[in-house]
Amino acid sequence: MREEILRIIEKNAKISIEDLAKLLGEDPVKVAEEIDAMEKESIICGYHTLINWEKTDKEQVVGMIEVRVTPQKEQGFDKIAESIYQHKEVKAVYLMSGAYDFTVILECASMRDVARFVSEKLSAMDSVLSTATHFVLKKYKDHGTVIVNRKSDERILVTP
Amino acid sequence: MRNPLSNKVTALEPSGIRKFFDIVSEMPDAISLGVGEPDFDTPWHIRKEGITSLEKGRTFYTSNLGLKELRTEICSYLKRRYGLSYVWNKQILVTVGGSEAIDMALRAMLNSGDEVIIPQPSYVSYLPCTVMADGVPVILELEEKDNFKVTREKLLGCITPKTKVLIMPFPNNPTGSIMTKEDLEDIVDIIIENDIYVISDEIYSELSYKGDHVSIASLPGMYDRTIVINGFSKSFAMTGWRLGYAAGPELIIEQMVKLHQYAIMCAPTTSQYAAVQALRNGEDDVEMMRDAYNQRRRYLLSCMREMNLECFEPFGAFYIFPNIKRLGMSSDEFALRLLKEEKVAVVPGTAFGKCGEGFIRISYAYSLDNLKTAIERVKHFINRLDLGE
Repeated sequence: MREEILRIIEKNAKISIEDLAKLLGEDPVKVAEEIDAMEKESIICGYHTLINWEKTDKEQVVGMIEVRVTPQKEQGFDKIAESIYQHKEVKAVYLMSGAYDFTVILECASMRDVARFVSEKLSAMDSVLSTATHFVLKKYKDHGTVIVNRKSDERILVTP
Repeated sequence: MRNPLSNKVTALEPSGIRKFFDIVSEMPDAISLGVGEPDFDTPWHIRKEGITSLEKGRTFYTSNLGLKELRTEICSYLKRRYGLSYVWNKQILVTVGGSEAIDMALRAMLNSGDEVIIPQPSYVSYLPCTVMADGVPVILELEEKDNFKVTREKLLGCITPKTKVLIMPFPNNPTGSIMTKEDLEDIVDIIIENDIYVISDEIYSELSYKGDHVSIASLPGMYDRTIVINGFSKSFAMTGWRLGYAAGPELIIEQMVKLHQYAIMCAPTTSQYAAVQALRNGEDDVEMMRDAYNQRRRYLLSCMREMNLECFEPFGAFYIFPNIKRLGMSSDEFALRLLKEEKVAVVPGTAFGKCGEGFIRISYAYSLDNLKTAIERVKHFINRLDLGE
């Protein structure tokens, strides 16, 4: 049941327990307990909203930074990651395989704020060797959801 | 001037579903629960293959029977999924949807006066296609108490010395009923003893929610007397591509090919290339869609319980078939009032045969949001009826 719950709420965190229970053919009380348990076990880490900020008045820049680091003595990647993800403008940090070590995703009000973050905060860290900053120009699909060109149901209303 | 029309065609009843469609199409703001096709788009990798075939200029006829690649893929699919072995160049005919295969099979098999047993409620074309092939339809009335399955008693009651063909429409549109291996085993001895051929319309075979679908052709003694009809419309969400197929004894397929080559020439080439891709790499897509349908199926069933509408649990296709008899009106009246008063379109059970009276077909080929809104309105309608309005 857990995997099926997760697959549904991954797409729709807003779904009510009652509807979820109906989809699963389970008792609502049991479903609620299962979700509680998964929250406690940090399998479910949060509920967020997928927003197309471009349609709002808010100015926002998303930067993706490739970061190369040298792990310091007694300081593995995890420790470095922590000192990066503690910054509130950092939305995501991933340890990567390949040519660089971390992908850092930033959301800031302006490009200057991103630049300031990279030069003053990121590059200032002892373990950071180099950074390469990219800016997101347009989001087409996010979290498995297509943001542009949402289409309507064009099927004939009644068919055999 | 002389009457330009054929008496046989003129005498055919127009499909009940079309009549209802005409009324619905006058109401653009109606929410529909009336479609008989998936709400999913054809998976992208399959569409892409169709596009690529166009880019490469593959815009010619294929062989009458269909592309070799497609027929070999169909053979390995039928083997893999249903344990059925066919020879690709002798026993497979690629058709314009499953519906063409139904028509061709009946025309290839029937002589004037041969009887065809058609279980109803069922898809709208078996009866007219039988009539056009000079066959005589014998209706087997499926009943809710039997979970809309073909039982021994019912089958025996329909057999006469003239019986030649039995249509087996499972998983069933509109009831959602399936026939398990045990259910099929229960009737095959009757089919064999009476030397009856079966046209098994398995177009919904991938949408089975209680274990894997079993093809009647895979049961002992049935292979040589069964035409299996299947296709891409429901399983791969490819209705508009118009692609299906028939698999069966060479003797029958050979004659179907003749009809097909004169009437159709070949199934659409673009669709055939896309279908090769569907069979090679589409299994995950089918599973994803099946899981989604299954969730909605459970959702609707529990909504029916809340409304106190009796509804047998269907395990196939994407329909539920609730019983509305307790509301004291006919299926047509119910569907019409629901449409006019709450702007929700469902299909009256009678569109699928007279014995569909007292039932309506609700399709769950819709997003959950859509289902929720529509079901709220149905609830409102039923509440009003229960209060005696």
